[in-house]
Amino acid sequence: MPWLTALIFLPLAGMILLALWRGASDAQARAVALLVALADLVLALGVVGAFDPADSGYQLVEQVDWVSSVGLSYLVGVDGFSLWLVVLTAFITPIAILSTWGIATRVRLFMALTLVLETCILGSFLALDLLLFFVFFEALLVPMFLMIGGWGSGRRVYAAVKFFLFTMAGSAFLLIGIVYLWFETVQQFGQGSFDIRRIEQLSLATTTQRWLFVGFFIAFAVKVPLFPLHTWLPDAHTEAPTAGSIVLAALLLKAGPYGMLRFNLDLFPEASVTFADAIGVLAVIGIVYGAIVAMMQSDVKRLVAYSSVSHMGFVILGIFTLTPEGSSGAVLQMVNHGLSTGLLFFAIGMLYERTHTRDMGEMGGLATVTPWIAATFLVASLSSIGLPGLNNFVGEFLVILGSFGADRWLGAVAVTGVVLGAIYMLWAYQKTFHGPEPERHRGLLDIVPHEVAAVVPVIAVMLFLGVYPNVALDRINPSTEGVVTWVSSVEQDQDGLPGGLRVKVQEDYAQAIAAPQEGSP
Amino acid sequence: MIDTPPVELAPIAPELILAGAAIIVLLGGVVFPRLDRLVWLFVSLAGVAGAAAASILLWDRDGSLTALAGSVAVDRFGVVVRLIVLGVAAIGLLYGHHYLERSGEARAEFYPLVLFAAVGMTLFSISADLIVAFLALEILSLSLYVLTGLSQRLGSVEGAMKYFLLGAFSSAFFLFGVAMAYGATGSTSLSAISNALAGETGSVALALTAVGLLAVGFAFKVSAVPFHMWTPDVYQGAPTAVTAFMSAGTKVAAFAALMRVFNVAFQPLTWDWQPIVWALAAISVVVGSVLAIAQTDIKRMLAYSSISHAGFVLVGLTAAGEVGISAALFYLVAYAVAVIGAFGVVMLVSGRGEQRTSLSAYAGLAARSPLAAGLLTVFMLSLAGIPPTAGFIAKVSVFSAAVEAGAWPLVLIGVLASVIAAFFYLRVIVLMYMRDPEGATEPDPSLLPRLTVAVPALAVLVLGLFPGLVIGFLDSAAVLRW
Repeated sequence: MPWLTALIFLPLAGMILLALWRGASDAQARAVALLVALADLVLALGVVGAFDPADSGYQLVEQVDWVSSVGLSYLVGVDGFSLWLVVLTAFITPIAILSTWGIATRVRLFMALTLVLETCILGSFLALDLLLFFVFFEALLVPMFLMIGGWGSGRRVYAAVKFFLFTMAGSAFLLIGIVYLWFETVQQFGQGSFDIRRIEQLSLATTTQRWLFVGFFIAFAVKVPLFPLHTWLPDAHTEAPTAGSIVLAALLLKAGPYGMLRFNLDLFPEASVTFADAIGVLAVIGIVYGAIVAMMQSDVKRLVAYSSVSHMGFVILGIFTLTPEGSSGAVLQMVNHGLSTGLLFFAIGMLYERTHTRDMGEMGGLATVTPWIAATFLVASLSSIGLPGLNNFVGEFLVILGSFGADRWLGAVAVTGVVLGAIYMLWAYQKTFHGPEPERHRGLLDIVPHEVAAVVPVIAVMLFLGVYPNVALDRINPSTEGVVTWVSSVEQDQDGLPGGLRVKVQEDYAQAIAAPQEGSP
Repeated sequence: MIDTPPVELAPIAPELILAGAAIIVLLGGVVFPRLDRLVWLFVSLAGVAGAAAASILLWDRDGSLTALAGSVAVDRFGVVVRLIVLGVAAIGLLYGHHYLERSGEARAEFYPLVLFAAVGMTLFSISADLIVAFLALEILSLSLYVLTGLSQRLGSVEGAMKYFLLGAFSSAFFLFGVAMAYGATGSTSLSAISNALAGETGSVALALTAVGLLAVGFAFKVSAVPFHMWTPDVYQGAPTAVTAFMSAGTKVAAFAALMRVFNVAFQPLTWDWQPIVWALAAISVVVGSVLAIAQTDIKRMLAYSSISHAGFVLVGLTAAGEVGISAALFYLVAYAVAVIGAFGVVMLVSGRGEQRTSLSAYAGLAARSPLAAGLLTVFMLSLAGIPPTAGFIAKVSVFSAAVEAGAWPLVLIGVLASVIAAFFYLRVIVLMYMRDPEGATEPDPSLLPRLTVAVPALAVLVLGLFPGLVIGFLDSAAVLRW
């Protein structure tokens, strides 16, 4: 059964259904979207079931010629990098839909956009063909743009346009890189291809590799967003409607580090080694800078947005430690950040619906009025801080472990980000929920059933991952070890090993990833 | 006895059918002035369909490379370009019929003028002789001058006047170029020019002058900077239905002729004309994209956008030969469907007498007419080159052609210009979906034009999702025979 295709396009089918069903009431539109998203979650869990943890290569691969004359194919597959991101996407989308119960205008269109967004995100995590990846990666801008601009608050249009242009400008360099790689496959293999399994066998000159690395890296760094390309993020996160913030923070940002892991390390190993230190420094600057700026915010949504800059810095740091611990930690941390930030935005959304403000100065004392929302926010904050027993702890720990292995100074500075994180998150909790409550907030409604339905599963998963992360790590590790071995083999090559070794390792690696697939169904 | 060349009419059957239909409608309009104009629409559409069928029959035609004593080429390139032009003409006729009926300016001359312009366009693309090319150019230009001035509005008349004056000027350049080419090589036939230049029997200095002058003539017709000045005024002034037809059709035909002349006649001088194309491309993408941002009228904005798109086609054409031609053909198809669709929506929104063509008329359109807003969004995304639309695949294909030609800096300029351009396409979407309407005016609710606009929208999506459907045909059409 084509699991992955079904997984990717089921939400699109739901979107088409919504588009055609002109008479749907708001409740019906919500129900359809939620059911489709839940069905997709079931499919995603099916993919986990079909996934073989021992295999480091691409699994459940499906390939169909798309434009055969240029070697473009519809090629999807899953491995340890993408597996949990896919599950995260399928898990967060229903939560995002539940967060939009308060939206009253053009509900059908909003739900359709959410579903098409899910298709695009899943597609970009699963595509193994560079141009196919780009199609999904770029197409997801449109629904997100409409969502921020159409349903956001305040300076929504400014935020939406800024988001779109920043990301599009970044991916313009990616597009040039992709076209160039295709041109190289024509030159070297006689037949053009966008298949990354073919492209990683290209032998590229060092300078060329570096340029391509930079092109790809800019595109992904904007998405992450890495300091200093992050300025679109606070605007977009703050002005987006709750569902938009959740999808943006929990899912869209992951496309950046995922792209670096999947493409930068794999296709340009030499250049990755060259640039790793510089990127590590940028990541650490991002960690500290994001945390400091977050401390100064009075808008709680903006605070969480800057905390994302800080947390995503950890992810990038982990990837470019080029150690197995760091990379595994980074992948796990992507999932963790998705869960905790998703829940934070959900809690903020609940508050905003009731108080109509995001300014922490105007809140306060809400713990007595809405104790359950306060509890939700507290759990999400503690998870975000990295309290042991909750999910973030393991990921951050692994990243820091890896960074000490690579460069202890980077690791040491990065740790301050954890400390600062505790400060701003607990401040935020204190300002929002403790102290005297303003008169006008008396009698606010506490958490309601559909919100409970969204919050409980997220907290359950957080606890589970905090206590028993091995379920996730067992499936991540083979892939990260594969890519780290691959990159470090090149590093040794640079250190003066015989030139032929690289080709040899390349072949071994290609075989290693190709061989197990023949056994899989 | 005089030796007459063999007369083979099959290769120009599409043009004959079109011209025949045009003459029938022209005379019919005089003889039966009271007949419902719907009849003339159907006769014209039948002519277009017949011409399309005749072109398709030419697809597998072997035999001589050229027909009518070397004046027209017989190849698949010609077939593909004809089909694009005929598709554009059919949509243009449907638009125009509706537009003129509604504005009360209906005249029977409209149909034959569109058909004659289409004859000029298709003939331009297949001409294998510079004199024939000039004739075709004049046929299409004269028809378009009149079509531009078809409405009684001042803008329409002004646009026609500008178009005529500057167009006549550029025709002179073109003709001068033809003369120079003749002076250099002693022939106006493309293949003879090519042979003379390859054999170094012609004067290179004169030939280079010819290349320059012809490039000016073509650059004017495709509206490449710095020969683009007429475009905004004419696009804005002409009745929107005519603008739709003209913006798509002229660009396709002029580029087709440019590809043929430069890749056949001046093929030996490729190294000399490539820098010209390079420069025109670079200036056009930048100037078109930047100036479009400042526009407040959607027709003018689309005019500047068409200038930048001319630049993108030229980016693809920096790769000489088949690679560039096939990429440029795909780009032209993608551009033609998107722009004719976009002008279709503009026609629906602008109302009688073109009262509402300013961008502010699009505020809140999504609430008033979700269909029109949705269609225009598709066209804007395609023009901006966002996947999964045809415009994206087109952008990738011209960029990969340019990469193959080693035109790195040009690709970089093109990519950055496309980011700039995304801004003003997005602005239309922002207006439609994120602003409140300013007036309560409804867009034209008629069914026929809406159905017509849906056709290019479908084409944009199908070409974006399954480009393989046409790429095979375009690749085999990219081989010019001479």
